[in-house]
Amino acid sequence: MLYILQTALELGFLYAPVALALFLSYRILDIADLTTDGAFTLGAAVSVTVCAAGHPILAVPLAMLCTAAAGFVTALLQTKLGVPSILAGIITNTGLYTVNLMAMGWTSNASLIKQRTIFHMFQDLGVGGSWNEIILAGVLTLASALLLVAFLGTRLGLSIRATGDNRDMVRASSINPTFTITVGLCVANALTGLSGALVGQAQRNANINIGTGMVVIGLACLIIGETVLGRGSMLRGALSVFVGSIIYRVIYAVALSSKVFPIEAMKLVTAIIVALAIAAPSIQKWAAFQRRKAAARAGKGGV
Amino acid sequence: MLEISHISKTFNPGTVNEKKALSDLSLHLEQGDFVTIVGSNGAGKSTLFNAIAGAFYVDEGSILLGGEDITFKPEYKRSRELGRLFQDPMRGTAPHMTIGENLALAYLRTAKNQHAYFSRISKKDLAFFQDQLAKLDMGLEDRMKQPVGLLSGGQRQALTLLMSTMVPPKLLLLDEHTAALDPATAEKVLKITREVVAEHHITTLMVTHNMHQALELGNRTLMMDNGRIILDVQGEKRADMTVNDLLEQFRAGAGKNLDNDRILLS
Repeated sequence: MLYILQTALELGFLYAPVALALFLSYRILDIADLTTDGAFTLGAAVSVTVCAAGHPILAVPLAMLCTAAAGFVTALLQTKLGVPSILAGIITNTGLYTVNLMAMGWTSNASLIKQRTIFHMFQDLGVGGSWNEIILAGVLTLASALLLVAFLGTRLGLSIRATGDNRDMVRASSINPTFTITVGLCVANALTGLSGALVGQAQRNANINIGTGMVVIGLACLIIGETVLGRGSMLRGALSVFVGSIIYRVIYAVALSSKVFPIEAMKLVTAIIVALAIAAPSIQKWAAFQRRKAAARAGKGGV
Repeated sequence: MLEISHISKTFNPGTVNEKKALSDLSLHLEQGDFVTIVGSNGAGKSTLFNAIAGAFYVDEGSILLGGEDITFKPEYKRSRELGRLFQDPMRGTAPHMTIGENLALAYLRTAKNQHAYFSRISKKDLAFFQDQLAKLDMGLEDRMKQPVGLLSGGQRQALTLLMSTMVPPKLLLLDEHTAALDPATAEKVLKITREVVAEHHITTLMVTHNMHQALELGNRTLMMDNGRIILDVQGEKRADMTVNDLLEQFRAGAGKNLDNDRILLS
């Protein structure tokens, strides 16, 4: 059981930046950024390739830089070139498939066999015993979350938030929405890349399908977290993303070990959770209307 | 302060929906002018505001603000020196951000160094915001941490006004900014408007459908029709004018009867 929890905690931290990225793009900027899947793979691919070349630490910022560039392409398509935002993400994502293969040296699977990763390096410091991977993953991802929260309190951060909140206001208050959307998507995809980079080194493997479904999983984590902690300040939002991510991985680990449902069904279950969660307000409204109608009918019958 | 020379704008040129919204319009405002604008729906009042604010570029003519040619300056750059309020109180503020954050956004936009992207709000700034909010006399100074979405329309409009004028703009555009508020709140927002404009001596253009207001507020009144200014009064001539005179002038200028209830009834 402890092992399951440890695994869930580690994966929860490792994948949390994806949910953090969606918190920024989907919640704050109000853009469904479908670059996420490809950006995650790109992050893992770059990280594993650079790590294989002997630079495990450099691998992480480099991976983030590459995924930020992917975010920039998506942003450029939708701000300057008039491509609808969802389609812009899909186009970038499709193009990234080739880029990702290229980043892995034209194979669909790249592995680290003997090369040292940042996790090895941290292990050598002798901190935390069997918890050392969790500690490193936790420290790096939580630090990225705190940096994001600090960033959202700056003038640029406030402008990004206003862009997602009231486009009319933004145009009338000397903020260039093209700029804020671009910065927002670059930062969001850099976070996705961070997650991919860490997962790649932790699993010592990157493959072309590693990011498949990542956007929906990230949304699930975001929604689970918001359900548990509620929505409020930026700090609460960022932390709820971690809570959601860890809960999701616990569910995943339990499903994996208890055979409640086959693990192959996990993506379907995730998709249903996300669809229901996003549809909840509409369903509630419909249900309330039906009750109201029924009550009115009953009232008439009684007279 | 504002120098508009012969601007024209046609929407959807060459189609059945072609509409000449502004035609050869010129207007000169002195520093500190408070000008009210009346005119029926579709006269071009809001289009004039959009042209000044840069929502679109004019087809012909030029616009100078404080001596600077802004004809081809993009909207977000112009807004640094312009304040603008719309009829809809929801348009001027970000509902999910707190009152403090909204003010911070408005305050930081006018910061001297436009590239200080990572500057943050200081304790001193917050105290300044609180001070400014207290002047509105709406109890907002104690609610700095609440999201703006919780405020009433009148409170939001007052907040927008504060955001637009906290750092005095070169020109303030008020597009029927009290029309969507109940009479008491409208009166209050108007009172704040008058005070703020007077205090900072802000050059102001205000669209209104209220004829009394048009003659009572400010120092000059314009009437628009069909994308043109058909009446421009100030000084004694304006002081002697009654609402009926104004309506009479409108008929004369436009060469047609008023068919707009909103003007007749107010």
